[in-house]
Amino acid sequence: MSTTHDEVSSLADGPSVPARRPVRFLRNWSAKLATVPMIATALVIFVGCTGWTVIHSFTNSKLLPKLNWAGLDQYRRLWSTPKWYVSIENLAVFGALSLIFTLVIGFVLAALLDRKVRGEDVFRTIFLYPFALSFIVTGLAWQWILNPELGLQSVIRSWGWDSFTFDPLYNARIVIYGLLIAALWQGTGLVMCIMLAGLRGIDEEIWKAARVDGIPTWKTYTHVIIPMMRPVFVTSLVLIASGIVKVYDLVIAQTGGGPGGASAVPAMYVMESMFSAQNLGQGFAASTMMLLSVVIILIPWAYLEFGGKKRG
Amino acid sequence: MADPASLNTLAAIDPVGDRTGAVGHMDGPRGRRPRRTVSRANIFLYGTLLVVSLYYLLPLWVMVMTSLKGMPEIRMGNIFSPPVEITFQPWVKAWAEACTGINCDGLSRGFWNSVRILVPSVVLSIAVASVNGYALANWKFKGSEVFFTILMIGAFIPYQVMIYPIVIVLRELGLFGSLWGLVLVHTIFGMPILTLLFRNYFASVPEELFKAARVDGAGFWRIFLQIMLPMSLPIFVVAIILQVTGIWNDFLFGVIYTRPENYPMTVQLNNIVNSVQGVKEYNVNMAATLLTGLVPLVVYFASGKLFVRGIAAGAVKG
Repeated sequence: MSTTHDEVSSLADGPSVPARRPVRFLRNWSAKLATVPMIATALVIFVGCTGWTVIHSFTNSKLLPKLNWAGLDQYRRLWSTPKWYVSIENLAVFGALSLIFTLVIGFVLAALLDRKVRGEDVFRTIFLYPFALSFIVTGLAWQWILNPELGLQSVIRSWGWDSFTFDPLYNARIVIYGLLIAALWQGTGLVMCIMLAGLRGIDEEIWKAARVDGIPTWKTYTHVIIPMMRPVFVTSLVLIASGIVKVYDLVIAQTGGGPGGASAVPAMYVMESMFSAQNLGQGFAASTMMLLSVVIILIPWAYLEFGGKKRG
Repeated sequence: MADPASLNTLAAIDPVGDRTGAVGHMDGPRGRRPRRTVSRANIFLYGTLLVVSLYYLLPLWVMVMTSLKGMPEIRMGNIFSPPVEITFQPWVKAWAEACTGINCDGLSRGFWNSVRILVPSVVLSIAVASVNGYALANWKFKGSEVFFTILMIGAFIPYQVMIYPIVIVLRELGLFGSLWGLVLVHTIFGMPILTLLFRNYFASVPEELFKAARVDGAGFWRIFLQIMLPMSLPIFVVAIILQVTGIWNDFLFGVIYTRPENYPMTVQLNNIVNSVQGVKEYNVNMAATLLTGLVPLVVYFASGKLFVRGIAAGAVKG
C-alpha cells in the first residue's frame, strides 16, 4: 500500500493542469459513500453508545434512562453490593486460573504437536473442535457430566471409590472450578493453534544450534523458545483476558449463576440490573467497570505492541 | 494505538498455512532409513497426547451416548457406557416435541429461526465488510484510518457496555424485537474483524492491477466487482465460516434483541434444558444440545484448515 489513489490523482491535479480543481471533499465520493456503514458503526455504536453508557452511569436512572445527575452514587452503591463483590471475586479467580491454565496447556500441547508427531492433524482437530461449539452447548454438556447424581461423581463412586466427591455445580465453594473445566475444554484449542503458529515461525537453525551446543530440549524451550515467542504470548494473553471479562453465556448455561448466586459474574450483574431488576444506573455503572477493566488490560498491551516504534 | 496496521499480526497468524508438512523440512531423504524406535520419550509424547485427547473427546462421547439411551437406563447406568438398547426417540422428541413455555414444537422452531437470522446476517455483514475493507485498502481517504482504528478498538469493548443504547437505537428505527434488528446487530459486531480480514487481503493484491484498471477508466464499483471479487474467493470462504459459526453460536444478542417467538436455537436450547418445570429428560436434553452444536461442527469438520484460518483471524472477536 505504498501509493494510494489519492496520491495518484493529486499528481494529475498538479499545477501544470489548469483545469478546475475538484472539491476535495467530493473526491472519491463513492469510496467515502461505501464506507458510511463503517463510519456510522465506529461513531454511533463504538464511540456514541459507549459514551452514552458511561455518561448515564453517573445518573440515577431506574426504569428509564434519565439525565438526572447523581455523581458517583451508582458506583458507591455498586461497590457496597455483596453480589458485585462475589462477581468480581469469581471473575478474578476464574480469570487468573483460566489465564494460567490456558496459556500453559495451550503451549504444552503446541510444543508436543511440534515434536513432529504422526497424526498431528488428527490431534489438532480433536483439540480444536470444542472451540467451534457455543458456550451454551459447552455449558450444558459439562452440566450433565458434572451432575452429582448421575454424572462423573456417581461413576467414580460405582468403581469403588465411595467417598469420592466432586460436585462443583451444587457446592458454592468449588462451583468456579466446574466452570473452569468447561472453559478450558472450550478455549485451549485456540491458544494451542496460536502457539503452534508461533513455534512454527521459529527458525529451524535455532533448534540445530541448541542441539549442537548440547542444550537439553526443555532448557531450549524455557531459555530460548519461550522468550522468543513473547509477542505470541502477549497476543494470546490479551485475547484470553478480553474473553474472560465478557464471560456470560457459559455461566448462564452451566450454572445459571447458582448455587445461590455463588457463580455470578460481572456480565450477569449488568444484564440483571438492566433487564430484570430495572435498575439501569447500576447496570451502566457495572458495565463501565467492565470497560475499565478491559482498558486496564489493553493499555499495557498497546504500549508493548505499539509503543515507541512505528511499524507499517 | 499508533498504527492499526500492526493489528495485522492477529490476522497474519496462520497456524496451519502450508506448514502442515512439518516433517518434510529436510531437502529429501538422505542416508540410512532411521529405525522407528519406541523410545521412552515417544511413549511419553504419544501417551500425553492420547490422554489429553480423551479429555477433549469425552464430552462429545457422553453427549452422543446419553442421547441414544432411554431414561430408565440413564438412571441406572453409567454416563460413559454405550447404550444397551439404542433409541432415537430422544432425538425425535428434542427436534419436534420439546417444550419451551407453552410452545411444544421442539427445537425445530429455534433451528429455523436461527437459519432465518443466519442467512441475511452472513450476507449483509460480509457484503458491508468486504466493501469497507476494499475501500480501506485501495481508496484511502483522509480519516479512513482513524475510523478503522476506532473500529478495531471497538472490537475489544465488552458488549454489555453497548447493548442498552443499541436497544434504544433499534427502537427508534422500529426494528427492536424483529429479525432484522438482530441482523443489523450481527452486521455491526461482525464488522471489525471482517473489515480487518478483507482489508488485509485486498492490501495484498498487487497494486499494479488496481492502477491498470484505474488507467482503463474503471471506477470504485467496477474494480471491486470485476477485478477484486473474482480473485478473493478464499477470503470470502474464510469470512463465511467465521460468520456462520459466530452467529449460530450467539446467545447474548439473540436473547436481548428478539422476541420469544424469534429466539435463535441457542436461546431456545438453554430454555429447554434449564427449565425448572417437569421431569428432567437428560437424553432429550443431550439430543437437543447436539442438534444445536451440529451446524458449527459440520462447518468445522468440512472446512478443516480454512476454519483454523478463520478463527485465528477472528480470535479478536472471541
